[in-house]
Amino acid sequence: MEAERETTLSSEATTENKTLLGADELIINMGPQHPSTHGVLRVKLKLDGERVIGSECIIGYLHRGVEKIGENRTYQQFAPYVDRMDYVAAVSNGLGYCEAIEKLLVVEAPPRARVIRTILTELQRIASHLLWLGTHALDIGALTPLFYCMREREEILKIFEKYCGARLTTHAFRIGGLQYEAYDTLEKDVERFCKDFESRVAEYETLLTQNRIWIGRTKGVGILTAEDAIAFGVTGPVLRASGVKWDLRKAAPYAAYDQYKFEIPVGTTGDTYDRYLVRMEEMRQSRLICLQAIENIPAGPILAKVGKVLKPPPGEVYHAIEAPKGELGYYVVSDGTVQPYRVRIRPPSFINLQAFDRMVRGHLVADVVAIIGTIDIVLGEVDR
Amino acid sequence: MMQAVIQATMDFLKLYWAPLLCGLVIVAVLPLIVGYIVLVERKLMADMQARLGPMRVGPHGLLQPIADAVKLLIKEDIIPDNADKLVFWLAPVLSVGAALLSIAGLAIGPAFQIAKDINIGILFVVGVSAMGIFGIVLGGWASNSHYSLMGSLRSSAQLVSYETAAGMALVSGLLLTGTLNIKAIVEAQYNEGIWFVMLAPVAFFIYLVASIAETNRAPFDLPEAESELVAGYMTEFSGFRWSLYFLAEYTNMIVVSSVATTLFLGGWLRPFARVHFFNFLDYVPPLLMIGVAGYCLLRTPKQPSRVQQLFMLAVAGLCLALALVLLAPVALPIAKPLYAGIHGGFWFIFKVSAYIYFFMWLRFTIPRYRFDQLMRLGWQFLIPLSIVNVLVVGVALIVGSYFNLHGWSMLLVTTPAAIIALVVALMILAAGQQSSAGKENAPASDFYAG
Amino acid sequence: MADEPREPKPPQPPPGEKPAGSPSPTATPPAKPADASAPAAPAAKPAPPAAPPKPPVVLQTPLNNELVARLRAKFEAGIVEAMEDRKQAIVTVERARLGEIALHLRDEEKFDMLSDLTAVDWPKREKRFDVVLNLYSFPKNERLRVKAWAADGEEVPSLTGVWPVANWLEREAFDMFGIVFAGHPGLTRILLPEEWQGHPLRKDYDILQQDTAWVRENLGIESGQ
Repeated sequence: MEAERETTLSSEATTENKTLLGADELIINMGPQHPSTHGVLRVKLKLDGERVIGSECIIGYLHRGVEKIGENRTYQQFAPYVDRMDYVAAVSNGLGYCEAIEKLLVVEAPPRARVIRTILTELQRIASHLLWLGTHALDIGALTPLFYCMREREEILKIFEKYCGARLTTHAFRIGGLQYEAYDTLEKDVERFCKDFESRVAEYETLLTQNRIWIGRTKGVGILTAEDAIAFGVTGPVLRASGVKWDLRKAAPYAAYDQYKFEIPVGTTGDTYDRYLVRMEEMRQSRLICLQAIENIPAGPILAKVGKVLKPPPGEVYHAIEAPKGELGYYVVSDGTVQPYRVRIRPPSFINLQAFDRMVRGHLVADVVAIIGTIDIVLGEVDR
Repeated sequence: MMQAVIQATMDFLKLYWAPLLCGLVIVAVLPLIVGYIVLVERKLMADMQARLGPMRVGPHGLLQPIADAVKLLIKEDIIPDNADKLVFWLAPVLSVGAALLSIAGLAIGPAFQIAKDINIGILFVVGVSAMGIFGIVLGGWASNSHYSLMGSLRSSAQLVSYETAAGMALVSGLLLTGTLNIKAIVEAQYNEGIWFVMLAPVAFFIYLVASIAETNRAPFDLPEAESELVAGYMTEFSGFRWSLYFLAEYTNMIVVSSVATTLFLGGWLRPFARVHFFNFLDYVPPLLMIGVAGYCLLRTPKQPSRVQQLFMLAVAGLCLALALVLLAPVALPIAKPLYAGIHGGFWFIFKVSAYIYFFMWLRFTIPRYRFDQLMRLGWQFLIPLSIVNVLVVGVALIVGSYFNLHGWSMLLVTTPAAIIALVVALMILAAGQQSSAGKENAPASDFYAG
Repeated sequence: MADEPREPKPPQPPPGEKPAGSPSPTATPPAKPADASAPAAPAAKPAPPAAPPKPPVVLQTPLNNELVARLRAKFEAGIVEAMEDRKQAIVTVERARLGEIALHLRDEEKFDMLSDLTAVDWPKREKRFDVVLNLYSFPKNERLRVKAWAADGEEVPSLTGVWPVANWLEREAFDMFGIVFAGHPGLTRILLPEEWQGHPLRKDYDILQQDTAWVRENLGIESGQ
C-alpha cells in the first residue's frame, strides 16, 4: 500500500500517537464523496487498524458566501437566501431571520402571525428530526426507518406546500409577520398529522430503542460531557443530551412559545444513545406544542405595519432561536440603508461539528459515521 | 492419433454428458435466478418499507433483473491505475467460480445432483464455497484502496471466525447421521421420520447466525458496509466485475441455505414424509401455483399497457403449467415415478426460499453490528456454544442409543441436551456482560489477528 | 449600488483610540443616568414611516449596570465603552486586553459559553475591524456582546484557550476578514481554499470579485460566475 503519511493532522492529533499494532498509521479520507458524510463533509481520519487516533474536518465545499450576499441584498431580498442554509429546516431559518430583522426594526409580529409561525416551526422541527432519524439509522445499518420517516415527513411537507406552495425552501414568513394567511384546513391537517404521529413515533421506537444491536452501536459512543459541550459551544439536542437543560424556547422565548407547555428532554451521559432519545422526545414535545397551538389561533392581522421599504434605524441586534440543530443566531448590523451592513449567521451545525474530533477519538471507523449522524449536521449550514 | 483423441472425447461425453449439461445449465441459469432473487429482495424490502419497489420495467418490475444485467454488461470497465491488474481480473472470477462450483455438490431433489453421491458431499460444498474468500481478499488487496483493503481484511477475519462456529454446528448435525453424503443425510431424516432441526435446534441456530455472517449479509455485512466503507472490497469494481461479486454473494446465499436445508430441514422431503395421513400435503404445491396464477389473472386487467397485460397472462400461464406438472405425479398413476423428482425439487426450493427470506427479513429489520461486537459475538459466544453443543449432542446420542431410541422418541434425550446448551449460552452471555462492564475503556483487542 | 462597497455609516461615531473626545452619548462617563443623554443620540433615527407614530425612539443608550461597574473597577481603561442597543448589552474593550477580560468574564462573571465570534468591517474607520464576541451565561441566562477594535494587520489575542469553540470561529474570521489571532494553534483558512487570495467579507472586496487565477487553475474554467 502506498501509505500517505502526514505528520500533523490537527493541533491535538499528535497527543496520542501510540499504535497498538506497531505498524504505520493509516490515513483515510472520508468524503467529500462518501455515502454517510451527509453531503460534502470531508473527514481525514488517522487510523490505527480500525481505531481512530486523530481526525480533521475539512469543510467549505458548499461555501456560497451567504453573508456576503446578505450585504448586497435588501432586507427582504435576503430572506429567501437563509432558507438555503439549513435546507432541511428552512422554516426555522426563516423564522430566525424575520425575527432578527423585526427586532432591528423594533416592531413585533401580530399574535396571529406568531402562533402560526410557531406551528410551522414546530412541524419543521419534527421534519428535520425525522430526516435525522432516518439517515442516522441508515448509517448504523437499519434500512427501514428511513422510509417510515420519509413517509411522515412527506405529510409535513404537504402542509407546507398547501400553506406557501413550496416544500423545502419555503420562505414561509415575511419580515413583520406572515406572507400568507393560513389556509382553511390548516388546523385540521395539523391535527390529523399530530394524531397519527404519536403511534408512528412509537413504531420507530419499537424498531430501534430496545434493539440490542442499536444499543450496542450507540451507547457509550461519542460521549460529550456537559463541560466539554459548553466549552465547545455545542447547542441544541447535542447539548441537552449531555445533561444541560437549556432550550432557547424556554430561556428566551420567541414567537409564541411562552404560551405553551412543553418539557425539555435531557440526557445523562451525553452519548449517541442519549442524543437519540432526546430527539425522539423532542419530536413528541413538538407534537404537543402543535396540538396546543392549533386549539387557539387568535384572529387578527398577520402582518405588522412595516412598510414596503425597510430601513431599520442604525444599530445592531443579535437574535437567536432554537433551530432543530441548535442555537441559530443572526447578528445583523444596520447602517440605516435598505441593505444590511453586515449579516452574521451563527450556524449551529458549524459549531456543533467542531466537537466532532473530541467525540470521535478512540472510537472505531464504524462509530465515525454514527457520530457524524448524531451531531445532525447539514453542510449547507456548515459551509454557508 | 486424431481418431484416438476424438474417440476419447466421445467416450468422455458419453459418460458425463448429463453432469456437463447440468453444469452448463447452472452457469447459464444461475445468474438469472440470482437476478430474480435480487428482485424479490427489493420487492420485499419495498413492501416492508411502505413503498412499491421497482415498477417500471415490465409489470411490477418483473423484467428489472434483465434490464440490470444489460446495464451492467455494457457499463465501462474501469481498472484503477494503481491496481494489480492480473489479480484485479482474477479476484471476482475466483469468487464466483468457487460459488458456482459448490452448487455442484448440492442435491436439489433426489434426481438432480451434478456431482452424484460424493462421499464427502457436505464437506465438499462447505470447503469449496469457503474458497470464495480468496476472491474477496485478493480483490480488496488488488484495488489498492484503503476502503477496499479494510473491507477485505474485515471479510477474511469474519469468515475465519464464523466458519469455525458454522463447522462445529454442522458437526453436531452430522453426528446424528454419521455420514457426509448429502443423499444419505436426507434419507436418514426420512428414516427417522423427524428433521434434524428438532433434534439439534441449537446447532441449527448457530449455523443460521454463522451462515449469515459467512455470506456477509446484514447485520453482519461489515465488509461491504455502505455507510462506513463505501462498498468495502467492491469499492473499485464496476460493471461486470462488480456483478460477478454480486453473483457470488447471492450464490453463496443459495449454497448456505441449501446446506442448512439438507442437514437440518429435511432436504427435499415433504413435511411428515412418512405419515400417510399427511399425504394431502402433496396437493399444496399445485394449489399454490394455481393461487399465484389466479392472482396474476386477477391483476391482468389492471395493467396499464397491452404488453404488460400479455406478460401477466404469460406468467399466469407458466404458473398453471407448473401446477399441472406438479399435479401430474399425484393424480396420474403413470407419472408416479416422477413424483420424487418433481415434488422433491419443489420442497427443496421452497425451503431454501424460506431460509433466504429470513435472511432478507433480518436485513431490513436490524442495524449493523460493529466490528468488535461482531468478533466478540463470534469468538466469545458462538464458538464456545457450538463446542459445548457438539459435546452435549454427542452425549445425548450415546444415551439415546443405550436406550435404543429412534425418531421422535429421540427428543427425550436431545431436548435436555438443547436445554443444557441454552443454559450454557445464557451463562456465556452473562459472563460476557460482566467482563465488558468491568473494562469499558480497555483497549481494543487485536481483531485482525484472529 | 450592490456592486461597489457602500459608504459605511457606523451607528456610533468612529471611535479610534480616543473615544472620550467624541461627542457620542455612549462615551459619556457612566455616572450620568441613561435618560439624561436623550438630546444627543445622533444614531437614533426615527422609526420607519410606516410604524405607528411615536416619538423618536432612542435605541442606543449607555449601559451602566452592576456588571459594567464591576468590569470598570477591575479593568479601568480596558473597558472602552459600554452601551445598550435595543436592550442588548455591548461592551467594547481594549484589544490587547481581550484575552484577560474574556477569561475574567468566563470565570468571574459566569459567561461560560462563547456563542459566536465574528467581525464587522468599517473601512473608513481608523481601526477598521470590530471583533464581536457573543457571550452567553447559563447561570444568569444573559447575553453580553464584547467588541474589540482592530486595525488591519493588528493582532487580536486568540481566545482558543478560553473557549475551545473559538478555534473554528477565529479561523473563519481570519478567512473572511484577514484578522490575525495571535496564539491560535492553527490559523488557516476554513471555508475558502487554502491558496485563495483576498478576504471576501471585507467591504472593499466586491460581490462579483473572485480569485480568478485560482478558479482558472483549480476548476479549469475562466470564471466561477
